[in-house]
Amino acid sequence: MKPSVWVRMDSWVRHLVPFGVTMAMLLLTAIPTHMPGLDGIVPMLPLMGVYYWAIYRPDLLPAWLAFVIGLLHDIIAGTPLGVNALVLLMVQGVAAGQRRFFLGKSFLVAWWAFGLLAASASGGTWILVTALLGRAIDPSPLFFEYLLTMGLFPLLTWALARTQMAFLKEA
Amino acid sequence: MKQSGAVGRLATLRLLAQRFAFVSLVVAAFALMILGKADIVLIERARTTVADAIAPILDALSRPAATVAEFTESIRELASLRAENARLRQENQRLLHWQTVARHVDAENHVLHEHLNVVTDPDAAFVTARVIGDLGSAYGHSMLLNAGSRHGVRKGQAVLSGETLIGYIAEVGDRSSRLLLLTDINAKIPVVVESSRTRAILTGDNKARPKLNYVAGNPSISVGDRIITAASGAAFPPGLPIGVVASTTDGIIRIEPFVQRHELEYVTIVDYGLGGILPFEKPPMPERRRRGADSGAGN
Repeated sequence: MKPSVWVRMDSWVRHLVPFGVTMAMLLLTAIPTHMPGLDGIVPMLPLMGVYYWAIYRPDLLPAWLAFVIGLLHDIIAGTPLGVNALVLLMVQGVAAGQRRFFLGKSFLVAWWAFGLLAASASGGTWILVTALLGRAIDPSPLFFEYLLTMGLFPLLTWALARTQMAFLKEA
Repeated sequence: MKQSGAVGRLATLRLLAQRFAFVSLVVAAFALMILGKADIVLIERARTTVADAIAPILDALSRPAATVAEFTESIRELASLRAENARLRQENQRLLHWQTVARHVDAENHVLHEHLNVVTDPDAAFVTARVIGDLGSAYGHSMLLNAGSRHGVRKGQAVLSGETLIGYIAEVGDRSSRLLLLTDINAKIPVVVESSRTRAILTGDNKARPKLNYVAGNPSISVGDRIITAASGAAFPPGLPIGVVASTTDGIIRIEPFVQRHELEYVTIVDYGLGGILPFEKPPMPERRRRGADSGAGN
């Protein structure tokens, strides 16, 4: 029996959740916080979203969607177009390629692997932007950005896991 | 047996297609980087169109964030109320003195203007815009504003906070625009040291304090000197305050801007009728500017 229109629409909307949540994380980082000392340092939230969904639901956040999110990131942040697109694409590719390794492993393993990936993503972005600008940029904010991102990872993973439980239970 | 072979082949094909899609996306990313480097109009238009589309969402999101920021700010202010009060009293005394001086100078100036038949500067048109997006990152100091070409914003216009120059418009969409702060690695502004009239170029390097480069002559610049915009380049009107010299160590002069980045919520985009700074271009000739304005109106 074919599912009714409503059932199909319901699952269609549910399948949009990973992309929607990752987009929301991107927009969240773009909000001006007006906090002294915190300007210029934002956690790499979209990276976390792409990483999480690449491991647990790579069918719902495929490589091309990671690419689109990266492009939007470049446009909002004003970084050279294509830089974050490439970096998020690579993160998605690596995480989705190694997902069998992650499934069923403890949270600490996911955290450790994210640390490695985020470090290479951060370094990769730095190299790309420096090459495109032709001048070396001060890398010190990147360390704070990285530490902030790593610190927020457990919280965000918990939130993402709750989201997945709530909307995408069938998998 | 035969069927499973077909399924296997199909799976291999699908895997190949996925690999191919991935590789083509990587190639597309590199192509975009190269195209963006070439400064193609199409890329810029695509950027501004997407920014326009996201602007209403960011606008809506940034409002509650601003309210929360105001709340925390007011709590912080409560904590330092007494000290702040004493400081303001002192400052008020000092400013009252300056007010008398300013009144006197203003009257004198008025008389001198009349004597000399000075042509007054034309009044500048301005637009006030809200900061809606600040993906503050190590890679660039820019912000999205919620005003665009439909509000009269044009590329290269000066952006002020109060009376202080904070940057200029680098990209303009229909209802959003990108403000490039003076601290951005791509920002370069002709300035003068107020007291000695020494010319220099203020160069951003993505740090909170931009550098003073290409200092003309061999002047002595000391900490505390005020830096204002220069008339050279016809980019901005001369005399807009920017900041003070913060340090002069090892021959590198760094400027502390009057306005810090996190304080920016509303900014003023001012049209002085000058060419403005056009990134990567020489100051345009008057005829060319007119032509640019015409084509801008035609779009």
